Amino acid sequence: MKLEMNDSPGQLVAALKPISDVGGNIIAVIHQREPGPDNGILNVQIVLELPEDKRETLINILKAQGIRIQRIGEERLLYKRTVIMIGHLMHTDLSDTVGQIDSTGFAEISELSMSMPAINERSSSRITIKATSKQDMESALAILRRVSRQKSLLLIEPMGDCT
Amino acid sequence: MKVALIGLGSVGRGVAEMITKKNLGLTITGIADSKSGVIDPAGINVANVLATKKSTGLCGSTDIQALDVIERADYDALIEVSPTNALTGEPATGYIRTALSRKKHVVTSNKGPVALQYQELEHLARENGVAFRYEATVAGAIPIMHTLEQGLAGNEILAIYGVLNGTCNFILSRMADEGLTYEQALLEAREMGYAEADPTYDVQGIDAAIKLVILVNTIWGKKIQLSDIDRTGIDLLTADALRLAEEEGSTIRLIAEANPKKNLFRVSPRIIEKTHPLVVEGTLNALTLETDMAKEITLIGRGAGSIETASAIIGDLLFIKDRYVQRA
Repeated sequence: MKLEMNDSPGQLVAALKPISDVGGNIIAVIHQREPGPDNGILNVQIVLELPEDKRETLINILKAQGIRIQRIGEERLLYKRTVIMIGHLMHTDLSDTVGQIDSTGFAEISELSMSMPAINERSSSRITIKATSKQDMESALAILRRVSRQKSLLLIEPMGDCT
Repeated sequence: MKVALIGLGSVGRGVAEMITKKNLGLTITGIADSKSGVIDPAGINVANVLATKKSTGLCGSTDIQALDVIERADYDALIEVSPTNALTGEPATGYIRTALSRKKHVVTSNKGPVALQYQELEHLARENGVAFRYEATVAGAIPIMHTLEQGLAGNEILAIYGVLNGTCNFILSRMADEGLTYEQALLEAREMGYAEADPTYDVQGIDAAIKLVILVNTIWGKKIQLSDIDRTGIDLLTADALRLAEEEGSTIRLIAEANPKKNLFRVSPRIIEKTHPLVVEGTLNALTLETDMAKEITLIGRGAGSIETASAIIGDLLFIKDRYVQRA
């Protein structure tokens, strides 16, 4: 989200506060002063996470504060994790495995790299999952764990938090 | 301080040699292997005993058994380093119980008794006013227990993650570095003496899981068992999987992980960035402690070896000597 506001004390806070008020989560604030004449206008970029239905509310609050919204870019699936799966991936219906994540509505498989050695040998794949929140990512991983158990696939999870 | 030594395999020999070589104020008054024993209240000539053991396979007289040494010898601390039985913990558990009941301190490298009977043995030690220490059971030479007890005293331990099995780490390092298959890397580990003829205990993550049980039960006072650990080994990994991880700047390592608040107790192969501190080479072990005050602390070191394990045992002995017995 790119905002334009008067460069006066309290303005930035006035723009940030409504975000948390509506239940949003501020991930980054980039505040750059452009070289050139100081026209008393401050440009700020904010990266945030916001429940879908709060979008209009936030826009209205910001407008009421006299803040101009220059641009709202949207990346719905913010979190990314990569796992590796080993086993008889084709014989156990790979498209069903992928579908179990894609059909959730909150997560999807965004990348899949696969090696297929000789027929009847186990194949290995690297799968990138994107999800809307950390919690959704956990739910997506839980689905993959369950599917892996059912299909006797070896699931290798990543260390650490999602990026 | 007088000590008695039960077990004269690779670890026992290392301990005996280091006690003899270094002037640590420790005198060995009893030694037993699986078939024989020797007792001398004035102090045993260790070099002679090791030479006898080498030539005859016995360390002393077959009239003296391990239990005789434990029950009769004059010592302050028992060093219990007999072979591990992960299923029953015996005969080591019985040895330890006997020594503690005699109000003797006990130091062990034996994972069986600590993984299976920690609560009981700890209670027995406290009742008798002696120490029961087991630094050498987890991560070899790394002073993990001392770090937890002394260095990080007062911290709340939130979680632990670690590479606790050198054999698996060696195999995975070789698969990643040389593109070997699991079978090729295992063969190499055997040739180097890092893997047993039956590698099941290592490659299926059982050894790492037992160490995790010891850490969880001692850090958080829990009573979990091997069967409570969610465990996956490395024996089904493919060279392709390592390559796929590599393409993303990562690799795969067998990670033991415990986080009691999430009720998470797991040993499994994990994708891990190559720059992560737990990515160590070869047979090394590494352990990260996540705490409330100190935040993350990572310890890296040798997880096995005769002298390396002796280092952990001697650390425990000198701790006991300093705190309970007498200062040098």
